[in-house]
Amino acid sequence: MAKITYIENSGEKHIVEVQKGLTVMEGAVANNVPGIDADCGGGMACATCHVYVKDEWFDKINKKNEGEDDMLDQAYEPKKNSRLSCQIQVTDDIDGLEVYLPEKQI
Amino acid sequence: MIKTDALVIGAGPTGLFTAHQLKLIGLNCEIVDNLDKIGGQCIELYPDKPIYDIPAIPECTGEELTKKLIQQLKPFNIKFHLNERVDEVKNNSGSWHVKTNKGTNFITPNIIIAGGVGSFEPRKFAPKECEKYENKYLFYAIKDKKIFEKKKVTIFGGGDSALDWAIELSKNSKINLIHRRDEFKGALSSVEKVKELSKLGNINLFTKYQLKSVKGNETIESVDIEHDNKEVKSIKTDFVLGFFGLIMQLGPIANWGLNFDKKTINVDTEKFETNQKGIYAVGDICNYPGKLKLILSGFHEGALAARACFKLARPNEKYRFEFTTSSKAIKDRLGVK
Repeated sequence: MAKITYIENSGEKHIVEVQKGLTVMEGAVANNVPGIDADCGGGMACATCHVYVKDEWFDKINKKNEGEDDMLDQAYEPKKNSRLSCQIQVTDDIDGLEVYLPEKQI
Repeated sequence: MIKTDALVIGAGPTGLFTAHQLKLIGLNCEIVDNLDKIGGQCIELYPDKPIYDIPAIPECTGEELTKKLIQQLKPFNIKFHLNERVDEVKNNSGSWHVKTNKGTNFITPNIIIAGGVGSFEPRKFAPKECEKYENKYLFYAIKDKKIFEKKKVTIFGGGDSALDWAIELSKNSKINLIHRRDEFKGALSSVEKVKELSKLGNINLFTKYQLKSVKGNETIESVDIEHDNKEVKSIKTDFVLGFFGLIMQLGPIANWGLNFDKKTINVDTEKFETNQKGIYAVGDICNYPGKLKLILSGFHEGALAARACFKLARPNEKYRFEFTTSSKAIKDRLGVK
């Protein structure tokens, strides 16, 4: 299990325990965290599970997959620390991860 | 007013096969889709990506699957209404009156929504003031390139549309091309061409910049763009173009009085009917216990919804189940002996 904090645009925090082997997107959907739509279900075929990773965590999570940046071009207000949460693997190493949710997904 | 036994909304794989099933049992149907081409997500999101879980097809791409489904529809002359989005659905004494954004009107007892995750719409700029200039000085698609002649045009995006239009418009206009990172996802040859034009001074290239704000009154005068490192530049421009690809939005479907669970429509698993009699939902957009978002599930759902349409379209006839291998009537419809 890894503790992950999802911070809504309003500042509201959702702290949930996510089983390792899942993705950060799946952790949000399974725990009804609002603000992550995941329209394509985790296929890296849309950009509606977009999150901003807290800077100190950005280099600790798994690297971007090929094509992820292409999808992020379509996201709402992408930044340097943008990721698709369906591509972030949950492992014991990311216990404590904090991600910020964008103002909206579409 | 077009009268039809069933109207299919969405020309993705599920919509196409549903139309096939409707025609096979002797009903007529027409298809509406907001994209400019047939194939839905298969053609828009992953035309080149292989799919491995279509029964009896070990591997095929989204484009190949679409082509095969179109081929399967060949015997039937089905009218497609592309580039049209269904905006209004109203009940008219037991029939459904459907109106598209282009003003096409249908009257039908059956509507089958095979809308995926909604209709594809262009991703728009975030700053609020952009709306004011939209379709006058700020565009997400180009209809008439003549208006840009001899003008300053600022293009945002890193895909093929952004690159192709930057190259094309640079012949007669002063072009700024702005992208949020150094890598472009467009075709390599286009990327090289843009870099060459940039060296020649025909295109001003700004990477790691994004739109911050649009300045002007009646017309656009300039845009502020912001670098990753927060530095802001002001660029004079007459027009702004945004090419960020298409995103899926539920759109007007949300207003038709259907029961939703988040972005999906609740249906029964006998007819795939919604809470409105004569409106069905199939494929990714429908929801029921155990729903799998697979193309093959959409085929099954479409086949059952098509049978349900028969009852409302032919109230005085009885539907009789037949196999394609043995039915003379089906073979006649397919035009085979």
